[in-house]
Amino acid sequence: MSELAAVLICFAGGMTGGLVGVGGGVLFVPALTVFIGLSQVEGESTSLLMIVVVAIVGAYRQHGYGNVRLREALIIGALSPVGVLIGVALANHLSERALQLAFAALALFMAAQLVRRARTAAPE
Amino acid sequence: MPASVSPDHALLKLAAIGTVAGIFSGLFGVGGGTVIVPLLIFWFGYGERLATGTSLAAIVIIGLFGALAQGGFYGNVHVATGLLLSIPAVVGVVLGTAIQQRIPQRAVSYLFALLLVAIAVELILS
Repeated sequence: MSELAAVLICFAGGMTGGLVGVGGGVLFVPALTVFIGLSQVEGESTSLLMIVVVAIVGAYRQHGYGNVRLREALIIGALSPVGVLIGVALANHLSERALQLAFAALALFMAAQLVRRARTAAPE
Repeated sequence: MPASVSPDHALLKLAAIGTVAGIFSGLFGVGGGTVIVPLLIFWFGYGERLATGTSLAAIVIIGLFGALAQGGFYGNVHVATGLLLSIPAVVGVVLGTAIQQRIPQRAVSYLFALLLVAIAVELILS
């Protein structure tokens, strides 16, 4: 039964990824830890594998639809390890709670900006 | 909407997006796409479809780096489980991208805002 739940949640994760352009880890990690019983580290690591698979297929489909700028994607991806190192350093110097709240505030701010922008955009 | 940034600025902004995406990936395990998509829209004037498609392509690379950094493939990654559960996930992403081509772009923004609010709530409650 819990395997079925994991399958459904992973389907939803892939669907979310396709709709809004994220990897789906937000749903893969809980599916793997809560319903399959992996530890947090195993869940996050296994989720990365799934994210790569999903992102390859999703990017391929979006490329077919004409929605991918490969050069820009390469630059963003190539520079992400710099950020990972900074992130790890930050995590060692700041409290996890402060970081969580900071990211939550940023997420809410971006959500408000997206809605504001979409509301004022010319209709298609 | 064309991007009104000079090439130099564009490169700097792309570098900033990659770095910020990496920071959040490093901090929270997730977060690449959650910052790439809004920043491509805000800073480059990308439409929602172009932003999400480009984000997915960047995530391929970020995910590969992440897996390598974890040293993941040596023990923490449950390869068989991950590949099996990738099947419904791949069906989902194919369906999700197909649906995305048929809904107004602004609807993608609203869905993304909803996802960001859900992430914020989860972070605050955790």
